[in-house]
Amino acid sequence: MSALEIQRVCKDFGSTRVLQDVSLAIDSGEFLILVGPSGCGKSTLMNAIAGLEPVTSGEIHIGGEEITWRTPAERDIAMVFQSYALYPSMTVRGNIAFGLEMRKVPKAEREAAVERVADLLQISHLLERKPSQLSGGQRQRVAMGRALAREPKVYLFDEPLSNLDAKLRVEMRTEIKKLHQRLGTTIVYVTHDQIEAMTLADSIAVMRDGCILQFGTPDEIYNDPVDIFVAGFMGSPSMNFVPAVLEGAPGDYRLRVATPGADDLLLPWPVSRETAALAECRGRTLTLGLRPEHFSEEDARLGEQAEGTPLSATVSVVEPTGADILLRLPLGDGEITARVNPDCRVAAGERLGLRVDMRRAVLFDPDSERRLA
Amino acid sequence: MDNVIRSRTPAARAGRLLLQAVLVVAALWYLLPLAVMVLTSLKPLDEIGAGSLLTLPEHPTLAPWLKAWGSACTGMRCEGVSGYFWNSFAIVIPAVIIATLIGALNGYALTKWRFRGAELLFALMLFGCFIPFQVILLPMAQTLGWLGLSSSRAGLVLVHVVFGIAFTTLFFRNFYVSVPDELVAAAKLDGAGFFRIFWRILLPVSKPIIVVSVIWQFTQIWNDFLFGVAFSGHDTQPVTVALNNLVNTSTGVKEYNVDMAAAMIAALPTLLVYVLAGKYFVRGLTAGSVKG
Amino acid sequence: MKSVSTHADAWRRGGRPAARASLTGRFQAWLPKLVLAPSVAISLCFIYGFMLWTFVLSLTNSRMLPSYDFVGFAQYARLMANERWWVAATNLGVFGALFVGICLVLGAGLAILLDQRIRQEGVLRTIYLYPMALSFIVTGVVWKWLLNPGLGIQAMVRGWGFESFTFDWLVDPDMAVYTLVIAAVWQASGFVMALFLAGLRGIDDSILKAAQLDGASLPRVYRRVVMPCLRPVVFSAVMILSHIAIKSFDLVVALTGGGPGYASDLPATFMYAHAFTRAQIGMGSASAILMLGGVLAILVPYLYSELRSRRHG
Repeated sequence: MSALEIQRVCKDFGSTRVLQDVSLAIDSGEFLILVGPSGCGKSTLMNAIAGLEPVTSGEIHIGGEEITWRTPAERDIAMVFQSYALYPSMTVRGNIAFGLEMRKVPKAEREAAVERVADLLQISHLLERKPSQLSGGQRQRVAMGRALAREPKVYLFDEPLSNLDAKLRVEMRTEIKKLHQRLGTTIVYVTHDQIEAMTLADSIAVMRDGCILQFGTPDEIYNDPVDIFVAGFMGSPSMNFVPAVLEGAPGDYRLRVATPGADDLLLPWPVSRETAALAECRGRTLTLGLRPEHFSEEDARLGEQAEGTPLSATVSVVEPTGADILLRLPLGDGEITARVNPDCRVAAGERLGLRVDMRRAVLFDPDSERRLA
Repeated sequence: MDNVIRSRTPAARAGRLLLQAVLVVAALWYLLPLAVMVLTSLKPLDEIGAGSLLTLPEHPTLAPWLKAWGSACTGMRCEGVSGYFWNSFAIVIPAVIIATLIGALNGYALTKWRFRGAELLFALMLFGCFIPFQVILLPMAQTLGWLGLSSSRAGLVLVHVVFGIAFTTLFFRNFYVSVPDELVAAAKLDGAGFFRIFWRILLPVSKPIIVVSVIWQFTQIWNDFLFGVAFSGHDTQPVTVALNNLVNTSTGVKEYNVDMAAAMIAALPTLLVYVLAGKYFVRGLTAGSVKG
Repeated sequence: MKSVSTHADAWRRGGRPAARASLTGRFQAWLPKLVLAPSVAISLCFIYGFMLWTFVLSLTNSRMLPSYDFVGFAQYARLMANERWWVAATNLGVFGALFVGICLVLGAGLAILLDQRIRQEGVLRTIYLYPMALSFIVTGVVWKWLLNPGLGIQAMVRGWGFESFTFDWLVDPDMAVYTLVIAAVWQASGFVMALFLAGLRGIDDSILKAAQLDGASLPRVYRRVVMPCLRPVVFSAVMILSHIAIKSFDLVVALTGGGPGYASDLPATFMYAHAFTRAQIGMGSASAILMLGGVLAILVPYLYSELRSRRHG
């Protein structure tokens, strides 16, 4: 039985359709992340699950029960808001206990629940403070505590970390992950940050224009994107898209990449990754997707043993990040980014030999933007 | 224009002095009537004819105040303004409380439970802020008669509430618009209903706007004359009406000192509010206007 | 864009899910409307209904009591032929224009002067604004005393040795309306100052700094940079002041009583006198409707521009 199931949900605001036929289901204990650019409908979907926005059509089930038309209070869900939405007039204790109080939980039980979550989130020393006396990170914890106190069937997190500074965001991300592992709660989490999506999720739904483009595990989303949008959205620096003409025949496809001012580059397409769709695309210019980490610096010691297809290019910009080096180099009609080892000694303007791992490359139809292989 | 370095030439200093002088003269002009009012109210009648406006009283006396309060004639009666002073309170207090409460609920419903047509309803109500009241005087008089509220304090309370809720709704609506919707969403998820969210979440954060609304309503209703003169009876007149009667009662010698004392009595409550809560008073004035 | 739909709307559109929603859910959805309903009903009756009613009365020959013998627009015709109405209307024009104009100049001037880092700003501001807390009746009573030729300012200045000084506007039929301007300006100019000061404080400091770095002198900065920013303030000040002017009733009653004769009548006092003391309900209603027309003539363009700028801004 699914913990949360959304069936063909549509939502209109006036004449604009902001959710189009959205369906998905997650199991109990699963961590689902809704990700996409702003305006993609992810927050609307979240609000629909919460009951804060009525849907135009479709059904929502929680724990096997249809709750499409129930009020938010009747759904047994808790939500952590981006702005935290802590009740300014109540203490931290009052904030955490409010939901239980509304549900007429006896005072002793309420106190126990407050102690439990305060302990869990290490905010026991803050219980008597007002939200205005807390730092951003502390407010965030209290907001989570308020959700956790009720032990609802489903937790909703609406960009909960986006108001924190970078360092705190990473810490809280880890903490949320730990909490999830420890409590086994069912979580729906909205974010526009693809790193959060990758690190936290059991499954990810990538949304755009009110549709779910792809729904799968982080690994599937990252390595098997269904289209150019998903491929480009996930990953940072994002995937390089290079126009390439498909040549050859089944069993021996090659991609010809033309770079102005350089020789054409021929990249053999691995036989293991051939699909039937490729046969009809012969001679066409397709879009080749290569992630920065699919490139590596040519290692002279390996010689012929080295894997991947060799290519060389003049480096235009060198961007050391510490952990590795990002190189900008011309390929196809523009520049691409390659991620190489931090010990790579190369300066802008120098020529560098690289290898590209074609087994992980992806190929898209530039017209439909759908994945071909 | 803080943080801008000023030149310190002699000319600049002279200009600065002139600036201060102009501001002080303006302040004196604003203060003159109040000073005259106070001085006159403390003078015995014979000093008024002898001295001028600004001469200090030689024999200061509170007699004019006592007479204005307790025995001056307002039309037929000679009981001073005290009864009317309390009348004003008896009208103002319920009217302020009711109008503020209704305004708060309206503002809450309009902003936090938006529904189709809510904006239109608000515009409809807002219009009440703008009409010249002459246009409703006659029907109102007749309606109060039908309701059995003619010349009663309850009738005046009703009138002030009716025409006050447009303003209080405006105040609270504009205030609640800036309260994040997520607070209400969170409370809904926590299981609180309409009134509980209002009472537990919204009202505790509304103190500043409650003060603004109360002060605005208080000064408006206290200072009202039109409704008072049109709808009150002999016993139920507010103090403004009584003051006007007192000043225009022409029996015997004109006692200007008593007039001024009565004017001071009528002015004191609102002046006091202004002195104590000037910040909120200004906020009410500007909120009731700029945002309108 | 904010959503304006709720479950209640969805039920009406879809119909189907209504049966599935819980009773409390449906009740909650209707509560906000229920709460607003009395206020809306009151507005409809007491504002719109009464306006209509007054309009109806203005079409009748009601005198002492409302009657419903319709005479078409005869009352408006009578009004147009009534000399006292024209005095009142002209007075309103003179009073309104001077009151609004002087308040604006004085208010803006004081605000700009106060904005020059004056140490006693708080005290001065409080002094400038306190008249606004008073009733127009109190203002009228005080100024009546000040302007009293025998005992007021005229007597005081004569007492200083200027024997020929005359300031008897209060009893001069040609000048009485200007005493209204003096008292009203005294009362409301501080409020305009507060509006302007708030506007000045709202201007981004960096704009002023930039202008000063560009070498603009202070008066120039105010004329070229600050004043254009204050246009909305001017707009709302004009709107509020003209509104006060049209509604002015208490001040006239307390200060001049409309006199001498009816030399300083305003439409508001005209309406009151005819409707309540002169038993001319029909004509009084007609004058009230014309006052409403006057307010609308100011209000509609204001609201229009306000809404338009809000949509574009």
